[in-house]
Amino acid sequence: MDIGKILTILLAGITTDNMVLSKFMGICPFLGVSKKINTALSMSVAVIFVMLMATAATYPIYSGLLEPNGLGYLQTVVFILIIAALVQLVEIVLKRFIPPLYSALGIYLPLITTNCAVLGITLLNFTDARITNYGEALFNALGSGLGFLIAMVLFAGVRGRLEESSIPESLQGLPITLISAAIVSLSFLGFAGIV
Amino acid sequence: MSDNMKVLTNGIVKENPTLRLVLGTCPTLAVTTSALNGIGMGVAATLVLICSNLTISLLRKVIPDRVRIPAFITVIAGFVTVVQMLVKAFAPALNNSLGIYLPLIVVNCIILARAEMFASKNRVWPSVLDAVGMGIGFTIALFLMGFIRELIGGGTVLAGTPLSFTVTKTPMLVMLLPPGGFFVFGILVAISNKISKRMGKKPVEKLGCEGCHGDCAACGEGERT
Repeated sequence: MDIGKILTILLAGITTDNMVLSKFMGICPFLGVSKKINTALSMSVAVIFVMLMATAATYPIYSGLLEPNGLGYLQTVVFILIIAALVQLVEIVLKRFIPPLYSALGIYLPLITTNCAVLGITLLNFTDARITNYGEALFNALGSGLGFLIAMVLFAGVRGRLEESSIPESLQGLPITLISAAIVSLSFLGFAGIV
Repeated sequence: MSDNMKVLTNGIVKENPTLRLVLGTCPTLAVTTSALNGIGMGVAATLVLICSNLTISLLRKVIPDRVRIPAFITVIAGFVTVVQMLVKAFAPALNNSLGIYLPLIVVNCIILARAEMFASKNRVWPSVLDAVGMGIGFTIALFLMGFIRELIGGGTVLAGTPLSFTVTKTPMLVMLLPPGGFFVFGILVAISNKISKRMGKKPVEKLGCEGCHGDCAACGEGERT
């Protein structure tokens, strides 16, 4: 593994290939849990954690077990089951051994099972041409997770400002949230071409 | 209107999954770069929805309550795999344009939410009708999104069909890019809110998957611990 490639993968995950703002994965938490910076931060940390665990578990299972046996088509079913089991396991382990972390992330964990971003990243590890080995897949998960975190925190800040401004009646609530997301996403287009 | 008709039309207008319940936002934003893609995604999701609602409704007395969510997800994932194979075999062009979002139908909130809220509580026939209605509502919303983004961002109408024609050679490309997706969706929800208000209904209050009434393990912050 050369360090340049790893940095490229990490940087692309945060900027040009941002999970939320350019791939539209994990829009639910992006819109739902971004009202306060604190909750946005906890949710993102939980997502990064599960993304890394999920990649760590699914990558060897697919490349070592499913693909050599011609079972590649079972990818979706196997991955979602692994993620669901993993989330349960992480929850139990955190509850038993690291209670402070559990109380911080606990309520977000069950929601992550069906977060697009987690299943998305495990599937993308096999369609992305840049990812060729286990280490790169893990860094891809980390980069995408950090991208998710940055998008969430930035957007929580934007929404904080929105609360205090007066908004045309028809745009109140969800519409203005989506339009602000469009502007945040527009700013991320500025990164195009840097990686 | 008979009860069955009510269940069917419920998903198309009153509880349109995209514009009123705001579920399944990921595919709504991601694949709607053309009207044809929108329809393709809508039909694929509708097929999965019908099959999963049918199966879950048949199994509703067998599945223990405590493990219902994993059971639902397994059923849905199975049908998604079937649909994925069908699309790969019979519509390879669609498979290329939907890409990763085809397997991601598994985590589409609409399907899990309908399983949880409707199919697990109702008989088979209403569950199928509910799936058809919701599927049509979803497809219409995706078609609208795709149509508008294609018209402004690509300068064409219904590209890829025999009816296609070009409107302008210098379109606003940004509408095809991610910001355009958020923007068009925001405007569509605003219009739908305005119309609902005229008809004496409340605008959308819950954001994203909170719309699942807090009971759907898939989504939102209303999840119980």
